[in-house]
Amino acid sequence: MFSSFMLNSWIVATIVAATAGLVGFFVVIRGASFAAHALPLSAFPGAAAAALLGVNEIAGLVGFAALGVLGINGFSRRGRPEVATALTLVLLLGVGTLLLSQSRDDAQLVYGLLFGQVLGVSRAEIVPIAALSAAASLATLMLLRPLLLSAVSPELAQARGVAPGRIDIAFLVIMALAETIALPVVGALLVFSLMVGPASAARNLTDRPWLGLALSVGLSVVTAWLAIALAYQTNWPIGFFVGGLGALAYAVGRAVRGAKS
Amino acid sequence: MDGNATLPALAVERLSVALSGRTILDHVGFSLAPGSFCGLIGANGSGKTTLLRSILGLVTPSGGTIRCAGGKPGQAIGYVPQKIQFDPFMPLRARDVVGLGLDGHRFGIPLPNAARRARVAAMLAAVDAERFADQRVGDLSGGQQQRVMIAHALIRAPKLLLLDEPLANLDLRSIAEVVGLLHRLTEKQGITVLLSAHDMNPLLPVMDQIVYLAHGRAVSGTVADVVRGGVLSQLYGYHIDVIRVHGRVLVVAAGGVEAQDGSLLCDPVHVAPIP
Amino acid sequence: MVLSDFLSVLAGFWQNGPVQVALAVGGGAALVSAVVGVFTVLRGQAFAGHALADVSSAGGSASLLLGLRPLVGFFAMAALAAGGMEALGARAVRERDLVTGIVLGAGLGLTALFLYFDMTSTATTGAAVSVMFGSMFALAPGTVTLALGVAALALAASAALYRPLLLIALDPDLATIRGVRVRAVGFAHVVVLAMAVSLSAMTIGAILSTALLIGPAACGLRLARRTGTAIAIAAGLGLLATWGGIFLAYDSFYWTPGHGWPVSFFVVAIIVGAYALTGLRGRAG
Repeated sequence: MFSSFMLNSWIVATIVAATAGLVGFFVVIRGASFAAHALPLSAFPGAAAAALLGVNEIAGLVGFAALGVLGINGFSRRGRPEVATALTLVLLLGVGTLLLSQSRDDAQLVYGLLFGQVLGVSRAEIVPIAALSAAASLATLMLLRPLLLSAVSPELAQARGVAPGRIDIAFLVIMALAETIALPVVGALLVFSLMVGPASAARNLTDRPWLGLALSVGLSVVTAWLAIALAYQTNWPIGFFVGGLGALAYAVGRAVRGAKS
Repeated sequence: MDGNATLPALAVERLSVALSGRTILDHVGFSLAPGSFCGLIGANGSGKTTLLRSILGLVTPSGGTIRCAGGKPGQAIGYVPQKIQFDPFMPLRARDVVGLGLDGHRFGIPLPNAARRARVAAMLAAVDAERFADQRVGDLSGGQQQRVMIAHALIRAPKLLLLDEPLANLDLRSIAEVVGLLHRLTEKQGITVLLSAHDMNPLLPVMDQIVYLAHGRAVSGTVADVVRGGVLSQLYGYHIDVIRVHGRVLVVAAGGVEAQDGSLLCDPVHVAPIP
Repeated sequence: MVLSDFLSVLAGFWQNGPVQVALAVGGGAALVSAVVGVFTVLRGQAFAGHALADVSSAGGSASLLLGLRPLVGFFAMAALAAGGMEALGARAVRERDLVTGIVLGAGLGLTALFLYFDMTSTATTGAAVSVMFGSMFALAPGTVTLALGVAALALAASAALYRPLLLIALDPDLATIRGVRVRAVGFAHVVVLAMAVSLSAMTIGAILSTALLIGPAACGLRLARRTGTAIAIAAGLGLLATWGGIFLAYDSFYWTPGHGWPVSFFVVAIIVGAYALTGLRGRAG
């Protein structure tokens, strides 16, 4: 489990989980669950596009994630945000089915991208993942207070000179970055589980926002480690453990909250 | 009113309500004579909405009784909730909203029915809403939406009509129109109206009775009896001046001192142009 | 000449067995999704609708393992998820979305596991693609009766809940004082929603069924002034997209020999295109 071959996986998983915990905290308090679920799924066809065009997979994923951000933002201007999110998601996935049908059918590849796979992280892939992760984390840390303030009250934020619309777009971009890098490991369908599960527990365990943020990062990393270890031992898909552990974290958080009050 | 032999349209006795540990209403009592127009006046947070929701049975009181002539809320009480945010995407015309007031609780699709159509049309005419009856409610102005909601509440001919801040966010002309409309309807149909507002002035010409709420406690009676410095000072627990200027009433705390709970004591202050 | 080509394609299209099954089941799924979708969008439950569809994929993949009818699997899992969301029930929108997300994550975890078993225990390598992205032309002819039965049931239930749902959408308090059991009606609607998404999950795939649920309904709500009209527009568009998609996918076997284009792609493209177009137009009757 700790062979040099697996070492890269551990490093990458730690990086993406820490980022997911950081960004996920704001996903939970801003109520952005649907967008957090839709963005990685919209990015997923990018892998198929990359395979068809013969470009780097991460580049393809980032490109489609950007389309997802543009779509959600564009459709939101004339309609309900959740309808915009849903339609962007299905549009890009629809394109994805087309790309998949035209490329060499590789069911194993599709399955891995959707549900995650531990193995197969090369040393060369660590650098872009770490760079994108750092960008997402840095942006979150810089926008820490505006993100929190506009989550509490958009009017309040506006009064302080923070345009809620811009913060929304900035946060979509941050989510897209954080989720795209986690996608190859955890899988497009379950990235957001890593984001909202630990973060929802952290929010229920403490009332102090910055402590909650730290807890969210910690729990997310532990979740990812546990999921990898269990997946390695059982040979079952990592997504199963991420989804289950995320729900478990939420349940624990709710129970603690319930016991307090 | 106590000497009157007719049964009150609404009798509230020693009503107390606590929500998540906080006392919202504290031994509130008043009764409304049938056909009277009553203003429920108080600042934001004084418990007006909670009182109305208790009467409707949406909030369980911790003590006291509420008796309402006619029985169940859905039949006997018409209700206009506080500022409904009509979703601009909601595909309902003003006519459909009034129709839902008639039979929105029934299962199944409403079948074409001449009697139902006529009743809805008559109600729309009664609130003077025929002009915009076929527009989407989300596209109507605040005053127009309020009229549609009044029609929605009145179509089952309730004996008692509760309105929660129907005048908030309306311009002065719409306020006068809505108050005039409510007055006409009560006169014609003999409905008892209990209307909450933070400003009593638009209601002064039509109000038979006032229930004044502050800090969860209430005094009631005619405007002349209740809106007096001595009575309100006792209710608030500190000195209150009632100033009458050009036929308008201003309720002012002495010096605008800050109260113990942090709220400014000059509520409700009403400075508005003379109509 | 082009016309005669078209006619000969059309003739083959009608006589094709899988096409006939797809037209029937897909049509039923599109109709139910459009009708249920109008209320789903009105109630702000687009995410819940999408989540139920996604989670239903766990049932779809389990049915391959257990040898059940796919529709039974899809629906059982969607109904279970609906119950889970209701049990964890939350009022505030943000909290409700979070609960939806947590249930969705757990459900998709199960999908991952069942698909893994599908792929390791049997030789169905295409399980992931067919469950998640649909298998319109691979529907068993025996499912037609069951699927249309479920569709009819869902439509009847939607009709029954029509007025209470609208009154609740107007204001839940108003509904409560009129004696509507707001929570019970809401749960009934979610169960109907589960029926709708399992039908469309079986046809255009679990993660794409959201297209049929949300897209036509959103168009109808944009264009119509009345609920009935919105539902009619949604139903028409849903049918057009599905049947049009089936025809184009059938025809596409001639465009790129060996690689037919997927039905789901065409369905989604037509729906999103229609949504973009309706954004440019005003409202009709």
